[in-house]
Amino acid sequence: MIVQAICFYLFAAITVASGVMVIAARNPVHSVLFLILAFFNAAGLFVLAGAEFLALILVIVYVGAVAVLFLFVVMMLDINFVELRQGALQYLPVGALVGLVLLVELILVFGAWVAGPEVAQSIAAPLPLATNVTNTAALGQLLYTRYVYVFQASGMILLVAMVGAIVLTLRARTDVRKQDINVQVGRRRADTLEIVKVRPRQGV
Amino acid sequence: MAFLDRGARAVLLSELAAGLWLTLRHMFKTPVTVNYPYEKGPLSPRFRGEHALRRYPNGEERCIACKLCEAVCPALAITIEAEPREDGSRRTTRYDIDMTKCIYCGFCQEACPVDAIVEGPNFEFATETREELFYDKAKLLTNGDRWEAEIAHNLAIDAPYR
Amino acid sequence: MADFWQGYALPVVITVAEIVAIIVPLLVAIAYLTYAERKVLAWAQLRKGPNVVGPFGLLQPIADGAKLLFKETVIPSGANRVVFLAAPILTFSLSLMAWAVIPFDKGVVLANINVGILYLFAISSLGVYGIVMAGWSSNSKYAFLGALRSAAQMVSYEVSMGFVIVTVLLCAGSLNLTAIVEAQRTIWYAIPLLPMFVVFFISVLAETNRSPFDLPEGESELVAGFFVEYSAMSFALFYLGEYGSMILMSAMTSILFLGGWLAPFNLEPFTGLAAHLWAGFWFALKVALVLFCFLWVRATVPRFRYDQLMRLGWKVFLPFSLFWLVLTAGVLVTTGWLPK
Repeated sequence: MIVQAICFYLFAAITVASGVMVIAARNPVHSVLFLILAFFNAAGLFVLAGAEFLALILVIVYVGAVAVLFLFVVMMLDINFVELRQGALQYLPVGALVGLVLLVELILVFGAWVAGPEVAQSIAAPLPLATNVTNTAALGQLLYTRYVYVFQASGMILLVAMVGAIVLTLRARTDVRKQDINVQVGRRRADTLEIVKVRPRQGV
Repeated sequence: MAFLDRGARAVLLSELAAGLWLTLRHMFKTPVTVNYPYEKGPLSPRFRGEHALRRYPNGEERCIACKLCEAVCPALAITIEAEPREDGSRRTTRYDIDMTKCIYCGFCQEACPVDAIVEGPNFEFATETREELFYDKAKLLTNGDRWEAEIAHNLAIDAPYR
Repeated sequence: MADFWQGYALPVVITVAEIVAIIVPLLVAIAYLTYAERKVLAWAQLRKGPNVVGPFGLLQPIADGAKLLFKETVIPSGANRVVFLAAPILTFSLSLMAWAVIPFDKGVVLANINVGILYLFAISSLGVYGIVMAGWSSNSKYAFLGALRSAAQMVSYEVSMGFVIVTVLLCAGSLNLTAIVEAQRTIWYAIPLLPMFVVFFISVLAETNRSPFDLPEGESELVAGFFVEYSAMSFALFYLGEYGSMILMSAMTSILFLGGWLAPFNLEPFTGLAAHLWAGFWFALKVALVLFCFLWVRATVPRFRYDQLMRLGWKVFLPFSLFWLVLTAGVLVTTGWLPK
């Protein structure tokens, strides 16, 4: 048990520390790298909680894809972040307000669990015992039965967002010559080449 | 039909398969490599390699300090100084070739009336420092002594065509 | 105290011993993969390949390693030192980390976790960080361009690889690698899922930045791509990382499609208890076969153009693998072959 506790505090401490570094680091690329470190440690916390599927999905989706794009953009854009940061202090009240709201919500959630033990039964779907099925299967059962409409709706929203992004950036250009790979690949020797026996002084 | 044929070829990756088959067949062919430091390819008798100053069979050096090679050298790599020797014959006191300048055109050996300066068959004279490539007369004469057999043989073979 | 020894110290010692037992042969395999690559390329090009150092040039990788070890690590003056040095270490350690879940036989695995295949996929998708960090921290435009190319490339091909893996998971009904191999007792997935196998192999080539998808290091236009500025051991770590991930991906291919350690036919010397004796051999043989295909492709195919690479990933492989995924699911449901 003590090992788990040590691991938990280690992961938690690194997560919090790297979270702080994300906003404190001077170099934006370092910020993104710290963000990735935070993701990793969050994944570690998931593993400790017995949710290995969630942990690895976090790594695959956020670290493997989303953060790469973050890093990509931050590296490509040559923004002067020092200049950008000059007015950062004026957003402090709004930021503090958002933080406060989040804190209150967290307290309410945990407070509800502590205050009324029966709350747990009323909100959570009847989960199969963790020992019977892997948590991948448990997650699937929950997601595709009880929350299937919500799940589908979120999928649709993401799809609409994607279509929107494509529509906004798509432009059909007619003034360029485009390569048609199918035509190129489909070209046979017989279609284009004819071997002619040319006799001297007779021409083709 | 042509469309189907094309589609089938594309889906079955026929071109990739053909290419892979070709390389696979080549893997079982005999290598054409000449295993260089241990085996060497044939050299023409006219091969223009490292320079050498030759001697007559009696040990007298051939060079008479006519400076034709110095004059013809397009890279200005040859420097010659000459004085009469005690016995009155005209000889070089200095015969330097800067091998870093030399372009191995072979004009020096074409110009030489006594076949003294020649480009021998040796091409393995890499050095560790640049200075070692500034050849002087002693070095060139040593080369001549070392390679005399090959050089004489090559000259003899090539003689009918000159 | 006895509790401490029993509970913690002994398992730690055993685990460390197991890790060493995996990593040491792996490093030797990586070293000799470089030798094999040079030999295979040489044969395909009618050359002899390394044949001077040791009998048949067998000591060549060791000589190369010693040379790189004694060279000087040069750090460019404009480089971001920490990130610059972290990048090769990350690349190398990632290629070793993934071996924790690779099963060599039933039960012969360091960590038999439930989501082994996801772990492998996650580790392989992290490989891009070493490259991106190296490219950015080198403070060189060639390295940077190489890094950008590889980031886009690896993210693109991961998508189709993911779909291929999901297809296999549908057939096997488990995320556990041992279970996936055991599910192939009747037939290796390479046969019913042949198109997926081809898509997976090509995606793996792109994922490991191997020819014909070696644009990140495309020496003809980017000098050496993301590791232009690296020298000595930091360079060697990139090299080891690349070949390590090649071996890893071959192991993954043979587990997902070629039946892992299972014998190709269920004959007398390969059944029962003897099967366990042969397991390692079959696994190594399959991995070696896939690795040979890597080298074979490199000897054959010229490098892709970048826009064609992206087209292949997004417009060909993605729809194709998605279609096959749906088709496989449909077939499994209608025939009732869906694993329970």
